[in-house]
Amino acid sequence: MVETLKITDLHVAVEGKPILHGVNLTINRGETHALMGPNGSGKSTLGNAVMGHPSYEVTGGSIELNGENILAWDATQRSRAGIFMAFQRPMAIPGVKMAEFLRHATTNVRNPDRKEGEELIPMRQFRKELTEKMGQLRMDPEFARRYVNDGFSGGEMKRAEILQMAMLRPKFAILDETDSGLDVDAVKLASESIAEIGGDQMGILIITHHDKLLERNAPDFTHVMLGGKLVETGGVELAHELYTEGYDRIRAAYPEAAAAGEAMTEASAV
Amino acid sequence: MSATLTKTGFTQDAFDAFMSTRNEPAWLSDLRRDSWSRFTEMAMPSSRDEEWMRTDIRLFKLDKYSLAADAVEVSLPQALLATGVELGGRGVSIDSRSVESQLSEKWSSRGVLFGSLDTMLVEHGDLLRPYLERHLVSPSYDKIAALNAACWSGGNLLFVPKGVRVDEPLHSLSVMSDGGTDLGKTLVVLEEGAEATLLSETASSEPDGGGLHCGSIELIVERGARLRYVNLQNWGSGVWHFAHQMAHVGANANLQWTIGALGSRLAKVNQHVALIGQDAEAQVNGVMFTQGKQHLCYNTYQHHQAEYCQSDLLYKAALQDQSRTVWRGMIKVDEGAQRTNAYQRNDNLMLSTTARADSIPGLEIEADDVRCTHGSTSGRVDDHQLFYAMTRGYTRKEAVRMIVSGFFQQVFDRITIESVREALGEAIGRRVRDIEE
Repeated sequence: MVETLKITDLHVAVEGKPILHGVNLTINRGETHALMGPNGSGKSTLGNAVMGHPSYEVTGGSIELNGENILAWDATQRSRAGIFMAFQRPMAIPGVKMAEFLRHATTNVRNPDRKEGEELIPMRQFRKELTEKMGQLRMDPEFARRYVNDGFSGGEMKRAEILQMAMLRPKFAILDETDSGLDVDAVKLASESIAEIGGDQMGILIITHHDKLLERNAPDFTHVMLGGKLVETGGVELAHELYTEGYDRIRAAYPEAAAAGEAMTEASAV
Repeated sequence: MSATLTKTGFTQDAFDAFMSTRNEPAWLSDLRRDSWSRFTEMAMPSSRDEEWMRTDIRLFKLDKYSLAADAVEVSLPQALLATGVELGGRGVSIDSRSVESQLSEKWSSRGVLFGSLDTMLVEHGDLLRPYLERHLVSPSYDKIAALNAACWSGGNLLFVPKGVRVDEPLHSLSVMSDGGTDLGKTLVVLEEGAEATLLSETASSEPDGGGLHCGSIELIVERGARLRYVNLQNWGSGVWHFAHQMAHVGANANLQWTIGALGSRLAKVNQHVALIGQDAEAQVNGVMFTQGKQHLCYNTYQHHQAEYCQSDLLYKAALQDQSRTVWRGMIKVDEGAQRTNAYQRNDNLMLSTTARADSIPGLEIEADDVRCTHGSTSGRVDDHQLFYAMTRGYTRKEAVRMIVSGFFQQVFDRITIESVREALGEAIGRRVRDIEE
């Protein structure tokens, strides 16, 4: 049976302010979905809500993994169940080396039932795998000894997130603007790496403003978010249209959502 | 003999009885009597004294404790710092009575002395007298210093003769019985060009044990000598810990002094490093983890008395529950101490909203060609950091533990003794529960 991440009529509020107004989205493992939309339309909110960020309050609807409602799960359970998000601005953890962080993370995600204090993946095996993955991403081996995201450039952070995805081998991955801050070559590498990990092994949701990352990861579906709703779904051609033409046609076609989106943007600007 | 010593508090009778049991040189007895009279004259410190303004000891009753009570049999707590370390010597004391003392022949044959200070003074009084009479810790500093100077017993001595490099760490464990009293005194003397590493730790026989520690530490690092000294305070949660600690670092000498402060109910410590010879260097590392209602107060003092000296102090504290830390740091540069390079920093990580950390750096500079900097930070474990780690499969608790250990990494990176880094890291990891909102 195909594994599925199913989002149904999802309503999400942040600090009491509604952001998502009923999002429906079904991702099957093996599919690539692009999520586009103007700034502030709620794209990252969707990602954070799927990951279980405590500041994102789900006020309605459901998120199901293979038919099981996961809303009551915390982020630990969700990540161990195979859901991953590459963040736009991942947090720095000073004093903790990337390799150390990832060895623990990889062990936990691959052995979801692991109790604290139980054995980690053997160091040799882990090192070998990490070095290999870093090689693919053309990352300096020194990177593994740096503190997690501490003093990383924008591009380094994004690459580090892809590296984490490669090590954790999730079933479902949300990439939140992983292409922004990367130069053309780096985007190419990231795309290759996603393909390498197995675009066909994962259900991927690519949140992006560009179509670069989509070139090598052609979306099966492109969704447009506006004012906290998915207003349109199409194929890869829709992604190209939005990238070259912008959102004017969409705004005109969905005036209600456009108005809601403007209200949200203004509210967040206050 | 010990039958005459009963629990009578710190009275004149108790002191006289204590003195009658000592078989010490006259100069030392005189020193004790002199200090005793200071002790009896002085009042207990109170919140009117600047150093004690933030440290309330009204619940401390000195009379509940006593001088040299009868020896108690206790089971020894596990030593943390010596795990996996090839030691050159070791000593154990209970309630500041030496119960075990060893030094490998390799070092004793080269003139190194290591063992209980009171025994050593009987055998090597003439050698040690000038060092004790330097009074690094002044008996008249306060009532606590006077009490220790008058009544110290047991204690640790490490003496390394000129040019001897002791490349195996030495270890001492001071244990206190529940309700016991520890009046230890540590004297370390490294003669010119000598080198040594001393790992000392203090612990109670029971994790929740009570008692009184009133101690002193004197470190004398002579010209060109190198001392690494580690001092892990891991008393039971009911212990009152009062200590005066002072180091003299001579010309071209180097001191690395690491303090781990984990235990006790209340600690009030004066840690003083004086750079007394040109080009002396001192690095001071502090690792503190507090919980429950613990109150740990550290007054640090970096005193630059000579030219071209360096001192670098980093204290890091993580605070859980309703605990409190006070760090008051002072860099004092004398008029003649030109080209001083001094640094002090204190970082605090709050693991609950009810914990409190006071951080009070200070500079007092009389020379005009110096580089002195200080800094302090206080922060909380960030919810976004926790969430991020949880999206990578960490449980919340694992995430907190990791963030706390990352916080201490900067100070661990400075500690050059692996067993010490590991022991401190593990001890802290075990204590971390979860952050409280």
